[in-house]
Amino acid sequence: MGAPAQDASAARSGYARYFLPLLVMLGATLLWEALSRAGMFPASAFPSPTDVWRGFVEKARHGSLLDDIVASLFRVTSGFGLAAVLGIPIGLWLGLRVRVRLALLPVVNFFRSLSPLAWIPFAILWFGIGDVPSIFLIFMTAFFPLVLATSVAVSNVPSVYFRVAQNYDFKGVEFLTQVTLPAIVPQVITALRVTAGLSWVVVVAAEMIAGRDGLGFLIWDARNQLRPDLVVVGMVTIGCIGVVIDRLLVQLTRFPSVRWGYDR
Amino acid sequence: MIAERFRLDTVSRAFGAVDVLETVSLSIRPGEFLAVVGPSGCGKTTLLNLLSGFDRPTTGTIARNGALRMIHQQDGLFPWLTAAQNINMGLRHVQDPEQRALQRNDMLKLIGLEDFAEHYPHQLSGGMRQRVELARALAGESDILLMDEPFSALDYITRLRMRRELARLLHERPRTVVLVTHDIEEAAQLADRVVVLSSRPGRVLSELTLTSPRPRDATHPEVVGTMHTVLVELGLESRVPNGATS
Repeated sequence: MGAPAQDASAARSGYARYFLPLLVMLGATLLWEALSRAGMFPASAFPSPTDVWRGFVEKARHGSLLDDIVASLFRVTSGFGLAAVLGIPIGLWLGLRVRVRLALLPVVNFFRSLSPLAWIPFAILWFGIGDVPSIFLIFMTAFFPLVLATSVAVSNVPSVYFRVAQNYDFKGVEFLTQVTLPAIVPQVITALRVTAGLSWVVVVAAEMIAGRDGLGFLIWDARNQLRPDLVVVGMVTIGCIGVVIDRLLVQLTRFPSVRWGYDR
Repeated sequence: MIAERFRLDTVSRAFGAVDVLETVSLSIRPGEFLAVVGPSGCGKTTLLNLLSGFDRPTTGTIARNGALRMIHQQDGLFPWLTAAQNINMGLRHVQDPEQRALQRNDMLKLIGLEDFAEHYPHQLSGGMRQRVELARALAGESDILLMDEPFSALDYITRLRMRRELARLLHERPRTVVLVTHDIEEAAQLADRVVVLSSRPGRVLSELTLTSPRPRDATHPEVVGTMHTVLVELGLESRVPNGATS
């Protein structure tokens, strides 16, 4: 009895939520600094936190870091946005029509299992270098999982809701917008979180090969210039933004009309 | 005045080679409270699906007169809507928003949950949720209430409370009720007539009529007597009460 109650109260207190993680990060950074000062690894392959901080200030000062962040975010938002706008309605269609589902599900599963990075050669062949190949790759990353998750969510809606809807005369568009959609929203939000995370992972790889800017390019460029400190600057920035994106999407789960999907 | 809400004429329903219901004939009067009891697998749910029009009989005919609302075992409320919004579903045909709000507040008051209007189902207890579902079904215009083991997910004390609550609500908003339940006590406390189904294939074993006013106490002699008769029909008690000292 005592342990879960203790856990719950610990999770509520700001001390456990903010102070403990900060302490861990501080400890890790100090360990990292100590390891690099001890000279166990060559500095060219193991930059210290101080080097990274200097690199960060350098990148931030002449403005290119912000440009790279904006470039990457633009690509992710476009590709992911497009995937959501097309993928969720198509997923609904698959979920509601058995024949459509039977016909298309194997194809969707095939492309979902295919790493989006496999498309890189064609992305460059078709779209060259720049924003479009990255947007295309992110679209390929997010679209198929979203279609699949949405259609599964629709077929998992408890049949009692459909019977209640029939009993209270929900038909056509009303049925779709007032019964089917609200019933799947919690699962769709979860799918959006997962695919947004995937998209952010893929943009880095896409930009390394098919980009001239962006955070992935920053890392690749730093590697070519033999600047491991700037590689780490890129890594830290990518990690932090990834966490922020997920935290923003978590806010969607706080709406009272979707809470039911997570509490049980 | 309509003579019958339901008329079932030698209704049978088979699923493949399995006969689930066999030649069931029933007639249900307006305002009557009919309970259907029987062992599990006796076709209670099939009968309910036939009454609600969700399923059709293999042979025989079913005639229904009047608008029907259904109460589910549990989780019939839409979890993305508040208690008030769920009750509004029962008032969808009311055009005037002010009228609708008035009627909805009446229902909330009737079930004693005015303070929980803005709560979502997952924030309510099981008993409260079933009260909201009752309010939703009784709001607005309808004639028939079909109930599928509505209180079976609740604990015993809450179930006893909900039976009284149902009797009180029906006094305020009279409806023809068909209650399908495996709870013989519930049937004997609430119904005007209890139909006992046999185990599969379900046939009507007997019909018992109760006359004392509702709500009846669980220990009322007519309730106890009816329960005894039903249990004898189902072969679970002998005619001569066991444990009686002579």
